[in-house]
Amino acid sequence: MKKDIILCGVGGQGILSIATVIGEAATQAGLQLKQAEVHGMSQRGGDVQSNLRLSTEPIYSDLIARGSADLIISMEPMEALRYVGYLAPGAWTVSSSEPFVNIPNYPDTDSLLAELKERQNVETLPIEALAREHQVPKSANMILLGMAAAHLEILSPEALRQAISAVFARKGEAIVAANLKAFDLGLNAAK
Amino acid sequence: MNKNQLLLGDEAIALGALHAGLGGVYAYPGTPSTEITEYIQNHPLAGERGVHSRWCTNEKTAMEAALGLSYAGRRALVCMKHVGMNVCADAFVNAAITGVNGGVVVVAADDPGMHSSQNEQDSRFYGKFSMVPVLEPSNQQEAYDMMAPAFELSEQLRLPVLLRVVTRLAHSRANVSVGEACELRQLGVDKGNQWVLLPVNARRQYKSLIEKQPTLQAASEASAFNREEAGPCSGGLGVIACGIGYNYVRENENLPISGLLKVSQYPLPEEAVRRLAAQSSELMVVEDGQPVVEEGVKALLGSGYRVRGRLTGDLPRTGELNPDCVAQALGCPEREGAAEARQVVGRPPALCPGCGHRDVYAALHEVVAEYPEARIFGDIGCYTLGALPPFSALASCVDMGASITMAKGAADGGLFPAIAVIGDSTFTHSGMTGLLDAVNDGSNITVIISDNLTTAMTGGQDSAGTSKFEAICVGLGVAPEHVRVVVPLPKNMPEITRILREEINYQGVSVIIPRRECIQTLSRKLRQQKQKKES
Repeated sequence: MKKDIILCGVGGQGILSIATVIGEAATQAGLQLKQAEVHGMSQRGGDVQSNLRLSTEPIYSDLIARGSADLIISMEPMEALRYVGYLAPGAWTVSSSEPFVNIPNYPDTDSLLAELKERQNVETLPIEALAREHQVPKSANMILLGMAAAHLEILSPEALRQAISAVFARKGEAIVAANLKAFDLGLNAAK
Repeated sequence: MNKNQLLLGDEAIALGALHAGLGGVYAYPGTPSTEITEYIQNHPLAGERGVHSRWCTNEKTAMEAALGLSYAGRRALVCMKHVGMNVCADAFVNAAITGVNGGVVVVAADDPGMHSSQNEQDSRFYGKFSMVPVLEPSNQQEAYDMMAPAFELSEQLRLPVLLRVVTRLAHSRANVSVGEACELRQLGVDKGNQWVLLPVNARRQYKSLIEKQPTLQAASEASAFNREEAGPCSGGLGVIACGIGYNYVRENENLPISGLLKVSQYPLPEEAVRRLAAQSSELMVVEDGQPVVEEGVKALLGSGYRVRGRLTGDLPRTGELNPDCVAQALGCPEREGAAEARQVVGRPPALCPGCGHRDVYAALHEVVAEYPEARIFGDIGCYTLGALPPFSALASCVDMGASITMAKGAADGGLFPAIAVIGDSTFTHSGMTGLLDAVNDGSNITVIISDNLTTAMTGGQDSAGTSKFEAICVGLGVAPEHVRVVVPLPKNMPEITRILREEINYQGVSVIIPRRECIQTLSRKLRQQKQKKES
């Protein structure tokens, strides 16, 4: 079994934390993993993506081939659309529905969201607003991971919960609790 | 017992070097190589053993210090991005002539696709040019596994060994099976005169380097990192895959090929290439970067044998390899992807909100509007983003330090005002010598050293000149009254623009130092302080 995942968003939105949690869970589960990250210049407010590959078999390429990704996890709706050409038939996209507008020519947001929603197998949530509403303002990315958990299959939600506890442990119990709460919010909303 | 760790390619290199008894790492930050040195800086074993890991001022000082450590009998690692090889080339090429004592491994992290660089130069050429062995790992595990043999090879041949990686290996994580650390390696201090490259010694040493070449060749032919794999279709297409190119080939199952030669050690294993050619009708070379091996194979097999690759257009001539272009080149059926989206636009990187460089460009924008002939020569760092809208301020960005020297040359040609914008770390890396040229020539230039107290672009490493800039500029001969310090904040705009006008109108070299801490390192510091308070 394999899962090829594209994680994307805008530099600074916290996609690498999502990757770290999935990486921890995959390592604990004894899965093979490759995760190509973007460092350097594009982290300054540009588009960023990470190719995350999980498998029970050896993995060769660090990059995902077009037409073969199983899942897009996106912190931003236009960034989700940027990578749809990589999706395999029947694949899923989970995305924030909140545009991050830091460029002058950002498309009309209604029309952009309409395009995203008219595609197959797309789930969106206003994760930043939800995070604020539930007093976990810094854990929007874990809401998104919760939404994605329903489609990961190769890793159980419980394995991801344990990974969240392990990854955030050094930041203290309050932060672990906030991230777990956010994760469950996303997971339950997606069900 | 081995344990499993999730490591970036860079981290695998760092840990492999530490476990090989490393004495010191010498480096200047550069994407995608930075994390190697950072990993060693943060590793407890490096602390325990006193492994040197402080950042160097530039790649040349790094390479030379590493040679000194080697002379003293310890193993040294030198790390840089590919263009850093140009900076240290004098030391690197001559280190092949002197040879080494303690093992020296030089890591060059190439950036095909130019994710964070100004060119796609392939560091394997430097290996060939200097006639030293080159290793090119295909994955993170091999990167770890190669480090101890690399140091051993270096000590056995008494030559530096070049380890070439690319962005996709350096910045990709994978599971790595990690062994135990061996003892800190300590040989005796060298006593020979081969380090004194007077012509009389250099001629002898160069001859000795030539005489070592058959040993290098034999090491490649016998290397466990080069591997011949049989294919199902004898007499068909043979594939040579270098470094991570191997992964893109193996990503495809049931390839109709005669065989696959994985190349991870150079010089090119010519016997293995000949064997593959003999059982194939034609060869395809899959290599990330420039067509180094493709050219070598063509030269080896002659014009009668068909060799395909980047030169023939079977693979793209520029950019990094990916599973799609390699699959296509190998004739695999195209995968049907989902339809592309209609409304996606580019999202280029930008200076952070609240960044001091923004205020510098805002002030320059206002003042330069009064001088239609003004040109601003840029340099390498976050502030290069001043070339993009909304500032669109820069006339050039070429290499580390070129802002000052290009402004000087333009001023020599009568251009006025000629303004240079350079960051603090780039200034100490390669800007100081250019400033001395300008001072000695009395050039009419205005240099802005935009000092954010860090090497920001690569993630906030210590900057070599912090708290020394005024003294450096005055020491180089800039008149003290024309070394001006300002705080780049919107509220100080009237003062900054006034000083800019004054110094532009001054006939000679002036330096303005806008100084305010990088917003990223500042917020990281504040976060850490808050965390400390809470715990």
